[in-house]
Amino acid sequence: MSGAGIARRRLLMLAPLGVAAAGGAAFWTMLTRMQEGRFDPHDIGNPMLGKHIPDFDLPGVAPAQGFSANQLIAAARQQPVFLNFFASWCIPCASEAESLAELGKRGVQIWGIAYKDQPAKTNGFLDQYGNPYAKIAADTTGNTFINFGLYGVPENFLIDAGGRIVWHIAGPLSDQAIDQQVMPTIAKFKS
Amino acid sequence: MKLSEFCLRIQKFFGSFFQKRTFFLLVFLSAPPAFAISDPREMLPNPQQEARAEAIGSQLRCLVCQNESIEESDADLARDLRAKVREQVKAGRSDAEVVAWMVARYGSFVRLRPPLTAATFLLYATPVLALLVGGFAAWVGRSRQAAHVPAPLTEAERARLAELS
Repeated sequence: MSGAGIARRRLLMLAPLGVAAAGGAAFWTMLTRMQEGRFDPHDIGNPMLGKHIPDFDLPGVAPAQGFSANQLIAAARQQPVFLNFFASWCIPCASEAESLAELGKRGVQIWGIAYKDQPAKTNGFLDQYGNPYAKIAADTTGNTFINFGLYGVPENFLIDAGGRIVWHIAGPLSDQAIDQQVMPTIAKFKS
Repeated sequence: MKLSEFCLRIQKFFGSFFQKRTFFLLVFLSAPPAFAISDPREMLPNPQQEARAEAIGSQLRCLVCQNESIEESDADLARDLRAKVREQVKAGRSDAEVVAWMVARYGSFVRLRPPLTAATFLLYATPVLALLVGGFAAWVGRSRQAAHVPAPLTEAERARLAELS
C-alpha cells in the first residue's frame, strides 16, 4: 500500500475521535453556560419582548391596591416599572425575595401580580418573605398570565413609559441579574 | 380429589384466565387516545366544535411539560389553554386564528409542527440533504472504483504467471 493510502486510512480512523471531541466541547460549553446562568434549555424566549403589554385591570390583594395596564404605564413615566409575577405556592418566588428587596432599596418601583393565589396565602407569604411591592394585583383566572405569554412563576418584566416590555426573565431574579441587566436597562430607558 | 374433578378445575382456571385476558386486551385495544380531559365539563357541547378544538389543541405544545400537547397534558396551564382554545372555537374563530392567538403569546415554539422559516429550514431540509450527500458519496465511491480497474497483465507478467501455475 502506498504512503498516501496509509495517511488516508489514519485520517479516517481519527475522524470518529474528532467527532467525539467536537461533541464533548459542545456539551462542555452548554453545561458551563447553564451553570453560569447564560443558557437555559427550558427558556422558550418570550415573543412579547419589545411589544406593548396586554390590557388588564385586576383587583388588589387587600390591603394592597390592584392596578390596570394603563396605571402601570403611567407609573413608568419617570423610569421603567419592575413587574413581578409570583405566587405563595411557588418556591423560586421565595428564593428571589431577597433580590427583590435589594431592588426596592435601589429605588426601583416593583409592582406584583399574584398568580392563582388566595389573598390570605399571598399575605402570609409577604409576612414571611417581605413585601417589596408598591401595588399587588390578583390574577385569579390566570388570563393576564396567559396574555403576557407566561408559563410559570416567577417571571419578571421591565415596562417603559410607552408600555413596552423592555426586559424580561423567565425565572427568579438574582443579584447578578440586577447588576448586569436590570439596572443598566433602567438607566437606558430613564426619561 | 378425583381426576375428573381436577381436570374440571384446571379447565375453569384457564377459562377464567382467558376471559380476563381477553377482557384486558379489549380494554387496551379500545382505549381512546390519551387525552387528558379529565373533566367532561371542559368539553364543548357541540361534538363538531369539540373535535375541532381537540384537533387544534393536539397541535399546540404544553409550555410546562414541553413534549406533550395541551390536549394530553394534565398541567394546570394546559387546562387553561384548552379552555382558551374552546372559548375561541365556540366564538367561531378559524383554526389559523386560534393558532395565531397562541403564537402571539408563546412564539412558534408553541406549535408542535413549527412553520418553515429560516430558523427551521435545516429541520425540514435535513432528510433531503442527507439523501443528497449520501447519493453524492455513493457516486464518488463508484466512479473511484471504476477508475481503479486494474490494467491488463503485460506479456511478461502473463508468461511469469504461466510459469508459476
